[in-house]
Amino acid sequence: MATLQSLDIRRRSASTEAPPQVRQSALQVAKLIDVSKCIGCKACQAACLEWNDLRAPIGYTDGTYDNPTDLTPTSWTVMRFAEYENGDDLEWLIRKDGCMHCDDPGCLKACPAPGAIVQYTNGIVDFVSENCIGCGYCVKGCPFNIPRISNVDRKAYKCTLCVDRVSVGQAPACAKACPTQAIYFGSKDDMIAHAEHRIVDLKSRGYKNAGLYDPPGVGGTHVMYVLHHADQPSLYEGLPDDPRISPMVGFWKGVMKPISLAAIAFAGVFGFLHYITKGPNEVSESDERKADDMMKGKGA
Amino acid sequence: MSEGTNVVARYTTAARINHWITAVSLILLALSGMALFHPSLFFLTNLFGGGQATRAIHPWIGVVLALSFAGLFFRFFTLNFWRREDTVWMKNLGKVINNKEEGLPELGKYNAGQKLVFWGQSILILLLFGSGIVLWDVYFEQYTTVDQKRLAAVVHALCAIGAILIWIVHVYAAIWVKGTLRAMTRGSVTRGWSWKHHRKWFRQEVEKP
Repeated sequence: MATLQSLDIRRRSASTEAPPQVRQSALQVAKLIDVSKCIGCKACQAACLEWNDLRAPIGYTDGTYDNPTDLTPTSWTVMRFAEYENGDDLEWLIRKDGCMHCDDPGCLKACPAPGAIVQYTNGIVDFVSENCIGCGYCVKGCPFNIPRISNVDRKAYKCTLCVDRVSVGQAPACAKACPTQAIYFGSKDDMIAHAEHRIVDLKSRGYKNAGLYDPPGVGGTHVMYVLHHADQPSLYEGLPDDPRISPMVGFWKGVMKPISLAAIAFAGVFGFLHYITKGPNEVSESDERKADDMMKGKGA
Repeated sequence: MSEGTNVVARYTTAARINHWITAVSLILLALSGMALFHPSLFFLTNLFGGGQATRAIHPWIGVVLALSFAGLFFRFFTLNFWRREDTVWMKNLGKVINNKEEGLPELGKYNAGQKLVFWGQSILILLLFGSGIVLWDVYFEQYTTVDQKRLAAVVHALCAIGAILIWIVHVYAAIWVKGTLRAMTRGSVTRGWSWKHHRKWFRQEVEKP
């Protein structure tokens, strides 16, 4: 989308240039999703389609409430419904899935196209579609299985955290639409403070493991959850317990890059040095004569 | 082999065409692959019409390379089996590098270094083809898990670097050992070259009726 100024870019994919640092006042924003208040109405899904002007093709139902059944290039958020048998209780855990806007984004780390993924100083991670080449590396980098590549235009899509709304002081469309105020939006500090109140309330109602999901393995996220069972995030339809960028991606996009280029350069330099010190391996006149002798010997 | 000519036939026209298709596709693959591997080489995508085009065309060149290299493999693999003299040659690699080949065992059509290039590229191209299929999302996205794709990305990049390093050795050897390149450009080498570098092969050629 790239609706914020270039002054507001903190990181840019596949770029070696230093980002601008003159602006110091960046406020960290966050969306807080209070899973305990969600009624699964999907108003957020509708608002997301509406604001972002996306029209998903008519899908199918797989017999659950999950509809669509997964994130798609045109469905940037979906409600995931999980049934959890907690002793005698059946708990219906409903999680609004979508991009978590990691502070250390694996998608951005993996992306090979300069400027196709940016992270703004406020923490929002955004795909700049015009620069996307459709390689799918962001999919491999993401610890949350979020980006989706379109079969129509081979570009990657995901939640923008409504960066176009946020940049003019508005809350994301999903937060605006939520009828139970299960989705809050504001500064990350305020959201953490608000989550503390909610957690105290949940604990007083018997959810002794209630807590905030702001996973440190990815540097924290700019979309956070209040969970009744924060000790078991995976209860919520596969929310990772301890998300982090895969070590394979870390190696591939980390030490391997400079070491590989150095090895190739070394091989070239070694060849050049060998040639100027040892010289070429040439066939001498006497070699030719001996070859001829061998030929004649055969004839004799 | 007749005494009238002073050259020895080394590669047929078909083998030469096969080799150069492989060579061109390997170079194009290295350029487009490196463009997507390191940000400071992304500019190489301009050679292929931009980032999207590079992403789209790279796997197709890979298919060309795989087929073409398979042709080379079946042409030459029987000549590349490891023999006792190859071990002796490798133990004397220092002499070879110092251009002092006297006293080394007589060699057939290929020396140990050439055989290692052959087998190295055979294994790496097989791995590159396999991991490349896993990474070719346009057609094969649905068949593997994301962790398998991550592993494929690492394997693909490592093997590509290995193949590029072997390619550098291969090209440098042709520059260093004079008289070699004409084998692949004209199909023949001089008698002296054959006698010096591949005497056992030369002897066999001489003894051909």
